[in-house]
Amino acid sequence: MNALEIVATGPLTTVQDTGRFGHAALGVGRSGAADAASYALANRMLANPAGAAALEATLGGLRVRARGPLTVAVTGAEVPLQVDGRGAAMNTVLRLADGAELTMGLPTRGLRTYLAVRGGVAVPPVLGSRSTDVLAGLGPDVPTPGTLLPVGPPPAGFPNVDLAPVPPVGGPETTLRVVPGPREDWFTGDALTTLLTCAYEVTSRSDRVGARLSGPVLERSREGELPSEGMVPGSLQVPPTGEPVLFLADHPVTGGYPVIAVVRSTDLPRAAQARPGTAIRFTL
Amino acid sequence: MRVLTCADSGVLVEVADLTEVIALGAALEAAPVPGVADVVPAARTVLLRLTPGADPGAVAAAVREVPLAPAGERAEGETVVLPVVYDGEDLADVAGATGLTPRGVVEAHTAATWTVAFCGFAPGFGYLVCDDERLHVPRRAESRTRVPAGSVALAGEFTGVYPRSSPGGWQLLGRTEEKIWDLHRDPPGLLRPGVRVRFEEVR
Repeated sequence: MNALEIVATGPLTTVQDTGRFGHAALGVGRSGAADAASYALANRMLANPAGAAALEATLGGLRVRARGPLTVAVTGAEVPLQVDGRGAAMNTVLRLADGAELTMGLPTRGLRTYLAVRGGVAVPPVLGSRSTDVLAGLGPDVPTPGTLLPVGPPPAGFPNVDLAPVPPVGGPETTLRVVPGPREDWFTGDALTTLLTCAYEVTSRSDRVGARLSGPVLERSREGELPSEGMVPGSLQVPPTGEPVLFLADHPVTGGYPVIAVVRSTDLPRAAQARPGTAIRFTL
Repeated sequence: MRVLTCADSGVLVEVADLTEVIALGAALEAAPVPGVADVVPAARTVLLRLTPGADPGAVAAAVREVPLAPAGERAEGETVVLPVVYDGEDLADVAGATGLTPRGVVEAHTAATWTVAFCGFAPGFGYLVCDDERLHVPRRAESRTRVPAGSVALAGEFTGVYPRSSPGGWQLLGRTEEKIWDLHRDPPGLLRPGVRVRFEEVR
């Protein structure tokens, strides 16, 4: 069986797919690729089925060696890319000969880069998904140097584009559209205005669970504790510090702090590409 | 019933109490609403997570029409018996908070029939409720960085069993050897919403 051999992982590389559905009532979250759009593009380029598992590299640094000839695509945060020391292009169909090594540098902008392989990463699924949920500790082990990831049989279809023209991912500033609620009534009227007019910076205490933001405090209008309730990705949960946390793919299934607003699902891929230091503006 | 939305990703239904949470969860399982990918019952709410492209307005309208079965008409869930060694570090504190003796706490905890109201916090962590209000205690002022798997604990109106070792702030009563979460089992969680639980003391 063909395989991807992990040579180096950078700060964090995980196996991800579209996520785990139907187990939320057991306390199991969805997980899945944080930037679902870039992940889906990589699979589409290779004519993979939509849910084929791929690698999600955080801040680049991923190096893999092809065991057997492989066809791959790299999407998401733009990284300097090399195959056996020669420059290669993002968002293209790349053919790796047996033994060829693909190397990602540091992304110039954005945070998460996807490496999909034709046939998909074929590790055993856990509860119907090959996504690693870093919060719940579910799914495939996090790959380390030396890990051999089996590659599945190639799909019936063939890639029919060589290059996907996509706008650059990430940047120093990003604007995300939100819908107020479900708990905006727990905050002062000024809090929502503050959220919609001030910039919030992504801090380094951010991961696949959520982006912890720093900026003007969002004040509550009522005391007391909110009984824990279900959360969705994109929720802007406000802990007692008053600075919001933007929940991403591995967010807890339930949370005990009020959510002032939720980022629209179409803007979540951009939220997942906001690296520490990015200024986020929220708009209706 | 109050129906709130979480942008285009979810519909959050707020109900009066846990009984209604359990009733709504059961009703949605029996007759799923189109456009709903996942149902997340919690203490006072049921969150419906939507499939991509589903219309939150349509789901909100549909959920308002879901009939809540009165408590008596609902099927009895399966019953799980969990053997527990009651040697938890917080047993004395719980006794202090409840006004019972440590023995009285154990007796109350084993006498009650508990029902899993919902899961959360970690895969397989069930929030169990019973009618005995004497066992309502606050969480610990400081949470522990590591609570061993199988720990049986109390907090608020709930009892729970830690499915795996994790940080935790609940008051520890004892421990069970029973595997609460096992990925080789289908379903992997023993304590699923609606399941009834009795704790049995082992010495």
